[in-house]
Parts: sequence; C-alpha cells; structure tokens
Amino acid sequence: MIQTLAFYLFASLVIASAVMVIMARNPVHSVLWLILAFFNAAGLMVLVGAEFIAMLLVIVYVGAVAVLFLFVVMMLNIDFAEMRAGFINNVPLGLLIALILLVELIMGVGAWSAGGIALGTPDGSAAQGLGQSNIEAVGALLYGKYVFLFEVAGIILLVAMIGAIVLTHRQRPEGARGHQDIGKQIRRRPQDATVLKNPDVGEGVEL
Amino acid sequence: MIGIEHYIVVSAILFVLGVLGIFLNRKNVIVILMAIELILLAVNINLVAFSSFMGDLTGQIFAMLVLTVAAAEAAIGLAILVIYFRANDTIAVDDVNRMKG
Repeated sequence: MIQTLAFYLFASLVIASAVMVIMARNPVHSVLWLILAFFNAAGLMVLVGAEFIAMLLVIVYVGAVAVLFLFVVMMLNIDFAEMRAGFINNVPLGLLIALILLVELIMGVGAWSAGGIALGTPDGSAAQGLGQSNIEAVGALLYGKYVFLFEVAGIILLVAMIGAIVLTHRQRPEGARGHQDIGKQIRRRPQDATVLKNPDVGEGVEL
Repeated sequence: MIGIEHYIVVSAILFVLGVLGIFLNRKNVIVILMAIELILLAVNINLVAFSSFMGDLTGQIFAMLVLTVAAAEAAIGLAILVIYFRANDTIAVDDVNRMKG
C-alpha cells in the first residue's frame, strides 16, 4: 500500500517537473526543476530496489551535471526573452510529433503485454544473490563480468574531460596577465631557480 | 501492486516530454541539452525497472554506462556552447548555418 502510494507520488512529481523543465521561462528555473525530476527518479529507483543507481543518480546528476548547467546558464549573459520568441509557433508541430511518438510507444507496450513477444529469461549469471545487498551484487558484476565496460566508461570520461578543457582553454597573448609559455616552463631547471645559502647562526640572509 | 507496466508508462511519458522539449525550445540550446538529459533519464528508468523485475542486474550496469555517457555529453555540449557564445555573443541555434555551403 505505502509502496503504491510512494510510486504514484514519485511518478507524478517526476512527470510534473519534466513538464516544468521544458515550459519554464527562465532556464535557471528549468535547471532547478530538472534537479527535482532527478530526485524523484532516484526515488522510483529506490522503490524497485536499485539503491546504488539511485544514489549515483543523485550524486552524478544533481551534484555534477545540474550544477554544470547552472554554472553555464548563469555565466553566459543571454537575453532569454528573445530566446522565447517563436515558442508558440513550435507548439503544434511539437505536440503532433510527441503525440505520434506517445501513441507508438503505447502500442509497443500494448503489443508486448498482449503476449506476442517473448522477453527471454535471464541465465541467472547476473542475479542478485539471496542476502546479498544491491551494492555488493552490482560491485561484483561491475568489477568481474563487466570490467572492460567499466574501463571503457573511464576512458569516455577521460576523453570528455580532455575535450572540454581543450575546447574552452584560451591562450592569452604574449605579455598579458595569465600568459603561459610552456617551453619556458619546461626549460626551467632547479640550478637556475634555487640558490643554496649557509648563513651563520643569528645572521639574516641577503638575497 | 505496482508492476513493470507502470514504470514503462512513466518512462514513456518522460521520453515524450524530452522530445517535446526539443521541439518547443528550438532556439535555446541549453534547454535542448536538458531535454536530452530527460530522455536519457527515461531510458535509465526503463533499464533499472526491467533489471529489477527480471532479476538480472545487467540492466543496472548499463544504466550506469548511460549515466557516464550523459555526463560526458553534458560536459562536451556545454563546452561547445561556451566557445560558441564567446565567438558569436548568442546561443540561438536556429541561425547556425555556417556550414550550409
């Protein structure tokens, strides 16, 4: 009973906040609604017993992605009122395509639940053992059977990080504040930069 | 009792809302990126629901990979957005037609 109630609460909130994400006038409000949507989606995932993914969703999406969006929205000085122009013109086409897509999805679910399509049965190699916690089972699978996928994910993140830095890095002109001369930095040797002094006790050091 | 159909319906609605968001905010590329995040969230809910109801944790591993790709995509997308804004002082994407030829 309480599970059903919680499901409907989370589901209605996630859909309502998704509507607000795409309808809000101010993109800052959009980001905040997006955070609410992620929290409620995490709640839905806790309900089916996927605690680890739920916490990951909160940490990665709310803690990193949403804050990144918030940074960019606030950093760029954009006239959002101008962006809204033509919003009404897009509504009929958008609603039409969304409606077609929704009908198609519902027909797909209908065809599946009518029993025409077999799902196949899992072979049990990735099942959660009895008395095993979700995070324990996910960890065993992630570092065992799927360790290469895990490493590929790490490489994707590395490439994304390097790409973001390369794209946004700005070379400052010679002589300007913050100018970086990499050759000069590499040529720097300890014997050019440091000096060894042996002062007497009680004496200061002249540099 | 809540079955897998309930979760599929929620994620289908979320997916459609994401697609609708792309159409409604055709000028504002920030909201388009957020709509893509909504679509990926819908996919994640679907994967996790199937994984849980079928007793196979592979779906949760794949949800994690989708999460990784979503984070990488947001970082690269926003970086491109920042350099585009620096060059053009606007982020209106409907008049990005420089490569039209």
